[in-house]
Amino acid sequence: MTGRDWAYLSNDLIYVALFAYAFSFLGYAFATAFSVKPGGIDRSTTKRSNRIATIFFIIATAALTLGVIARGLSATRVPWGNMYEFSITGALTFAIAYLIIGRKYDLRWLGLPITILILIILGTAITLLYRPSAPLVPALQSTWLVVHVAAAIFSGGLFLLSNTVASAYLWIDRMERRGGRSEFAKRLPSLEVLDQLSYRLVAFVFPLWTFAIIAGAIWAEAAWGRYWGWDPKETWSFITWILYAAYLHARVTAGWKGRKAAWLSLIAGSSYLFNYVYINVWGTGRHTYSGL
Amino acid sequence: MSAPELQGTSSLRYLWRQLTSMRNALILLLLLGLASIPGSIYPQRTQSPLKVREYFETNPEFAKWLDRFYLFDVYGSPWFSAIYILLFVSLIGCVVPRTWHYAKEALRKPAPPPSSLKQLENYQTANATLDSAADWLKKNRFRITRDKNSLAAEKGYLRETGNLFFHLSLIVVLLGIGASSVFGMRGEAIVTIGERFINVPTSYDNLAPGRFFNLERMPPFTITAANFDAEYDAETRQPLDYTLVARVTDSPTSTPVEKIVKVNKPLTFGDSRVYLQANGFSPLVTVRDQEGIVKFEGPVPFLPQDSNLTSIGAIKVPDADPQIGFVATFFPTAARDEVRGGFSSFPELLDPRLLISVWQGDLKMDSGVPQSVYRIDTDGMERIGLKGLSIGESYDYGVGTITFNGVVPWVNLQVVKDPGKQAALIGSIFAIIGLLASLFIRQRRIYVRSNGKQIEIAGFGNRPGLEEEIKRMVEK
Repeated sequence: MTGRDWAYLSNDLIYVALFAYAFSFLGYAFATAFSVKPGGIDRSTTKRSNRIATIFFIIATAALTLGVIARGLSATRVPWGNMYEFSITGALTFAIAYLIIGRKYDLRWLGLPITILILIILGTAITLLYRPSAPLVPALQSTWLVVHVAAAIFSGGLFLLSNTVASAYLWIDRMERRGGRSEFAKRLPSLEVLDQLSYRLVAFVFPLWTFAIIAGAIWAEAAWGRYWGWDPKETWSFITWILYAAYLHARVTAGWKGRKAAWLSLIAGSSYLFNYVYINVWGTGRHTYSGL
Repeated sequence: MSAPELQGTSSLRYLWRQLTSMRNALILLLLLGLASIPGSIYPQRTQSPLKVREYFETNPEFAKWLDRFYLFDVYGSPWFSAIYILLFVSLIGCVVPRTWHYAKEALRKPAPPPSSLKQLENYQTANATLDSAADWLKKNRFRITRDKNSLAAEKGYLRETGNLFFHLSLIVVLLGIGASSVFGMRGEAIVTIGERFINVPTSYDNLAPGRFFNLERMPPFTITAANFDAEYDAETRQPLDYTLVARVTDSPTSTPVEKIVKVNKPLTFGDSRVYLQANGFSPLVTVRDQEGIVKFEGPVPFLPQDSNLTSIGAIKVPDADPQIGFVATFFPTAARDEVRGGFSSFPELLDPRLLISVWQGDLKMDSGVPQSVYRIDTDGMERIGLKGLSIGESYDYGVGTITFNGVVPWVNLQVVKDPGKQAALIGSIFAIIGLLASLFIRQRRIYVRSNGKQIEIAGFGNRPGLEEEIKRMVEK
């Protein structure tokens, strides 16, 4: 197969993934809507739609995995050379993290928001960010591309998951303060569990993010002649790092929990998103390659 | 009523305690993040001096105000420095005494159990002896203090070790960064292919030494740019590869060695490194006067303006009388359309053309004001000609001729000496190791007391998992 064939195959697979996630979304939406009955929740009627949704989710994730691999094969390199490729890989990490963590905690309630987020990410990637598969510009021709970008993508996927959980926390917390959970929210875990889960994800991903920054510095030293130069992307990854460092300190040393901690982690997560979207699209600096 | 009087030393101590308190350290950390934001919004002199100039031209009034607050030099500004120096002091003030305290603590055996274990977490009883409990704990590498009918065991000291290690490593990183800026240097030089670069201060177009960098003791290496090759994708016009073949020597007299330099593969001379940063074209021109005497000859580096290497430049002939200057644009692959006029459609030399306008008058090169080599201040000069030239063509503008002989590429070499680099790298590697230990190691204590028939067990720890551990212990 030629590079072009692989690129077309990759595009097809990513469309398949998009449709499968859409079906999964419908399944989760159905399950969510119909398990709420007057006077209580009846999960027995929606068990099947929940399972179908999960099956579609797995099919979609498999197609997305193959799509990302094919994209890499089309240019015989790792598929992390521009924003489109970064987005599809990020969505994949996010989906896989959900599947893995969902095995340990009961996270089926998160299926709906998570499929929505993945649909948004893939949708923007396909419609706005798509660029034909191409070789890498010289500055990107380095083994550090694999290490640095992989660490950054995985961190992003997990920050997003942690933020989803923290948002769920804040939402339920508000409901409980205003007189109790809605019928739907009763399916969700206790506030303590959400709080802990959000913290654990951050604690897990913070060293990885630190590593992503350091790997980037080592690469910048080789490619640009300095390991730190306050490039906008560098500045914002530093800000994200500081915010999460503050979050961990606030939690461990100052004993912050619950609402305050959730807000802080949401702010920190938004700085990552800002860095990704704003700096890539409207920003300047040395991290802007190949159009996007 | 009299206000409590603060003695000199006690107010200092008060300040110190404020500075090293956890809360204020956190506030400083957040402030540092906040303070670095403007640097990503406004152009910075250190990264893009041209953009700063542009900003001054478009919003002169506002730019003046921004400049008063160092918003074009955020990372070297007094207020930014103040925050990170305070944070640095606070970090040292937090971590060093704590390391000391902790070292003493770590050498001591765990304190004996409290009088009643019932209030502690995971309290339970088991049918076993104190000996068997001690054996299990020893096998699981707990540190134990034991007396006649009770014991205290502790494990997971590496957590706190990791935590301190992480913060100490950050201090090492900061010291490394400081050392680089004081003892290091960076400089840039444009070298046309065929020319030799000798590492002395005058060879640089741009040189930024650190405060304690000795300009007289620069390593005497030389680099001859033998050949440069840029490859581009025919469809997307994106660069695929840049290769510089260089003949390098460690001193001007030693025999040259051939080396390949690429974007991600710099040259190394001791603790200096040389990076391939940018490239462009130097048109080769000859300028003669009316009698045919050569007044100027050689390559003139032009400054690329876009990804297809449309380049601008200036050819200055101070020896002509009156002086002559050529304001020129170079197109590696010339093309034309109605909107843009002349432009370059590909970054390689497929149809090179040089567009020149000829100016006669004072070039103002002796005025003492530093001039750009790429521009001519045409105020007070008169335009006497305009022409597009292909390779080999000449143009007679009345008082002389200019011949476009050919094109050679140039490369921009960046020389960097960064003596604190290793410290920063080693510091960051240790920081990650320390961070992993401090986040993932559990520290916990287990107490056991025997009442003759049964034993009571209890403990506490700072991460979940103790319950299971005690369960396993009881099962044994």
